[in-house]
Amino acid sequence: MTATQIVIPSGMPQYADVARFDVEKVRADFPILDREVNGHRVVYLDSANTSQKPRQVLDAMREHFELHNANVARSVHTLGTEATAAYESAREKVARFIGAASPDEVIFTKNASEALNLVAYSFLNASLDKSGDPRLRVGPGDEIVISEMEHHSNIVPWQLLCERTGATLRWFGITEQGRLDESNVNELINERTKIVSLVLVSNILGTVNATSRIRDRIREVGALFMLDASQAVPHRAMDVVDYDADFIAFTGHKMLAPTGIGVLWGRRELLAAMPPFLGGGSMIETVTMAGSTFAGPPARFEAGTPPIAEAVGLGAAVDYLTGIGMEAVAWHEKELTTYALEALPTVPGLRIFGPLVPVGRGGTISFDLDGIHPHDVGQVLDAEGVQVRVGHHCARPTCARFGVAAMTRMSLYLYNTTEEIDALVRALGKVRGVFA
Amino acid sequence: MQLESLYQDIILDHYKKPRGRGLREPYEAQVRHVNPTCGDEVDLRVHLVDGAVADVSYEGMGCSISQAAASVLHELMLGKTVEQAMSTVDAFTEMIGSRGQVEPDEAVLEDGVAFAGVAKYPARVKCALLSWMAFKDATVKALAAREVSAS
Repeated sequence: MTATQIVIPSGMPQYADVARFDVEKVRADFPILDREVNGHRVVYLDSANTSQKPRQVLDAMREHFELHNANVARSVHTLGTEATAAYESAREKVARFIGAASPDEVIFTKNASEALNLVAYSFLNASLDKSGDPRLRVGPGDEIVISEMEHHSNIVPWQLLCERTGATLRWFGITEQGRLDESNVNELINERTKIVSLVLVSNILGTVNATSRIRDRIREVGALFMLDASQAVPHRAMDVVDYDADFIAFTGHKMLAPTGIGVLWGRRELLAAMPPFLGGGSMIETVTMAGSTFAGPPARFEAGTPPIAEAVGLGAAVDYLTGIGMEAVAWHEKELTTYALEALPTVPGLRIFGPLVPVGRGGTISFDLDGIHPHDVGQVLDAEGVQVRVGHHCARPTCARFGVAAMTRMSLYLYNTTEEIDALVRALGKVRGVFA
Repeated sequence: MQLESLYQDIILDHYKKPRGRGLREPYEAQVRHVNPTCGDEVDLRVHLVDGAVADVSYEGMGCSISQAAASVLHELMLGKTVEQAMSTVDAFTEMIGSRGQVEPDEAVLEDGVAFAGVAKYPARVKCALLSWMAFKDATVKALAAREVSAS
């Protein structure tokens, strides 16, 4: 696939040096990939929506329920101690996986949406409290910056915050090539900006956003910096220190873990300055009828019984991905993306939205086929066993930017193969047969 | 192949050659209905004369199922009394929501029976019903508008 005939001078990095893994061995870990859909072996190209789960994750969760199940952080008995250790060990694994300075910087949430809302509500709550940390207080004249490329979960919480506080929401546009339009970065991010919250990898265009110039400007004006890394952490090595962000949000179910568990990472000192979000058990220091004081992070932000088995599953998913190596995962997806970007345009009438080259983009590719409605495309693909997402992908502003109501999206992960991309291309030919 | 029960020739024909498409005057009520899961939209107008449907005009974007359903709706409703129209909507809704359990009456639904296959695809039920629910809504509003202007 790669141009092996080109001789790379010795001493330079060689193709053979690239970390790889045996995709068939990986596929054997995912029982669902063996099932049939409408008489065809399933071709799962919808991992940006949710990923499939390897046996190792399912086993870890079952073992937790069968042997260690109890509530966490409150029991003196053996099972409770084991459950607590398992839950906290998942936190440590996640912290290591993203390069966090300490496990205390990792807050478990329900999903990435809750993680994003947690930060947005911290701003609201601090703004309601005169003694709130000034970095978190917003009001009329203050600005919050997002982009046109965001998932609704990184738009709506900020819209709500702005409506409730009188702050102004501003955003980066998207270029025709599907990249962030940074041409007005110095005007867009200014002394009035309180926080910039950006998607790291677009869930619809696949774009990997370059953040360093934006980050530099954010630091210049003294604003905070949040990354929606939901489509990044599952697919490439993440180091929160490298990105120099203040917060990142991501979710377990897109990275081989179950649904019901997400992550907010934040700089410890900022988390400590944030007021509570949800109130309840486990998040307090002391409670009287007259008032309460609160635990430090992460407990402050984890009210109620947390998703314990889901955290155990996430820990197992992190172990699985670490075992394969994120460099190898990223390289595998880069090769598949290159293949898909060459194969898809062989279908007559197919137009790709977003970057056309496998540089600065991930393995999520959205397209239009001859104006045929994506619901119809997806239906015929399903009849061929090919599972893709259709619709606005919770990113309507991005669809509107490209003048369409909906798109068809294929998305890749470590268990996909070039044969599956071929199956998609063949099935797209059948779609044209029905509607063209 | 199962898919053929969804994409019957009748549906594809209405999709490729929609009947009565475009918004027209006169009308007593106009509504916009959207399907939030896929972003499909329909703007639909109803014109009533002497208790009968004189015109159903519509504009919108959507998949073949939703577009063909609007075309069939237009064809089926013209000339029907409001009462007949509403019972046809009920029959269509019942068939679509039946998961294939209700045998449709061709005398009532005419080309609408082609959508029986849609009932087996729960993800597409809303597509078929979008314009029909808009019609029901607009007709109720048209009746109400007339009562207001008459009183």
